[in-house]
Amino acid sequence: MKKLLTALCIAASIGITPIQAQANTTPTLYEQLGGKESIRTVMDDFVLRLTMDPRIGDQFKDTNRARLSALLTEQVCEATGGPCKYPGLDMKAAHAGMTITKAHFNALVEVLVDSLNAAGVPFGLQTDILALLAPMHRDVITVR
Amino acid sequence: MKAQQSLKSLAASLLALASLNVSPALASTGKLVLTGGISTIEGAGGGGLTPWAMIGTQATENEIGVAANLSYGRTNDYRLETKSVMLGWNERVELSLGQQSFDTGITGRALVGPQGVDLEQTIIGAKVRLFGDAILDADRLMPAVSVGVQHKRLDAGDLAPILRGLNASTSGTDFYVAATKLFLKQGVLVNGTLRATKANQNGLLGFGGNNNTSYELMPEFSVAKMLRDNLAIGAEYRFMPNNLKLDTPNGNGLAADDWKDIFVVWAPSKNLSLTAAYVDLGRIVPATTNGRDQTGFYLSAQLAF
Repeated sequence: MKKLLTALCIAASIGITPIQAQANTTPTLYEQLGGKESIRTVMDDFVLRLTMDPRIGDQFKDTNRARLSALLTEQVCEATGGPCKYPGLDMKAAHAGMTITKAHFNALVEVLVDSLNAAGVPFGLQTDILALLAPMHRDVITVR
Repeated sequence: MKAQQSLKSLAASLLALASLNVSPALASTGKLVLTGGISTIEGAGGGGLTPWAMIGTQATENEIGVAANLSYGRTNDYRLETKSVMLGWNERVELSLGQQSFDTGITGRALVGPQGVDLEQTIIGAKVRLFGDAILDADRLMPAVSVGVQHKRLDAGDLAPILRGLNASTSGTDFYVAATKLFLKQGVLVNGTLRATKANQNGLLGFGGNNNTSYELMPEFSVAKMLRDNLAIGAEYRFMPNNLKLDTPNGNGLAADDWKDIFVVWAPSKNLSLTAAYVDLGRIVPATTNGRDQTGFYLSAQLAF
């Protein structure tokens, strides 16, 4: 009986230690994405693709691409647990006065997925990001 | 024949409507890939066996979309071909028309002679989404919830007198409520549908019968896991009523079992989805099929705009 208990304790300590260690060091989504520079690279590509998209490109034709990319980088950085503070307008204010349908919103999501695919971001991380951003449809879409 | 004509004319009018009215919708194809589901064997938007709460086609809000589907299923003793068309509007309303052709194989030959029997069933469906967004509300648990109706008319051919003898009607109407939620972070879709029905084997053996003539509530479940943005696997389970009875030494010769499948769906483009499934429909007329379970495969292709 004592032997069994000892064995159990050893098994438990072997089994649990890695789990605890993991819990302390589980990387944030921000870290899994490779930090701010990686996010900026994806956002640069994303903004470029947005301006060229036949469905929604027109809406970005007067946009300062570098500024938009910088803002999106801060926003994604903050949303994924990184050390950033998005300095822009909230989503509702940022899109007020624009004509944005759900089709436009979905098109933007598709362009983002294209950029994530191009950057080699695994599908499991893509859905983590989309789950954070998709609820913004309530503030971004102006035409219901 | 009549059903085919009506199917054709509906398809023609859908296309006319689409070209007239919705060139912006067709151009932008507003839904995310696979998020409209596919076409069920009854023509509604959903999985293969079960209607889901999402409105089918590629149309999102303020858009009209159309979809067409062909499917072929084969089990140990039977074959089922379906053709269907669907119209979706504003992620609110879905109208569908399906045509099923069921080769009764050994059962038809045993009951009416060597020429066998093909059963033809026409299904007119409508679905309305009441509330909820199944896809984008990733921070909420609330599913999309829809109600639907499916009116079915069966042309039983030479089997009609036998169905009459069993007190089964050749037309019936199903009513259902469906709740669907995509857990976006996990990439897992869950659907539950509750159907009020009298249909025997989905209506292919008529509606009601000598064992039961009233509506019963039948649950249906689907679960799917997205492996990539255009590839998913899943499973479905659809409960079936037992309205027909024929005493044989081996038990009820007309016993029905629940329908099950596991499927993989792939969307090589936004407008095309291809589905392959392994199906287990349980017993279908065990009296003439040695009580075999009807296992087999199912293939389906949907074009959606």
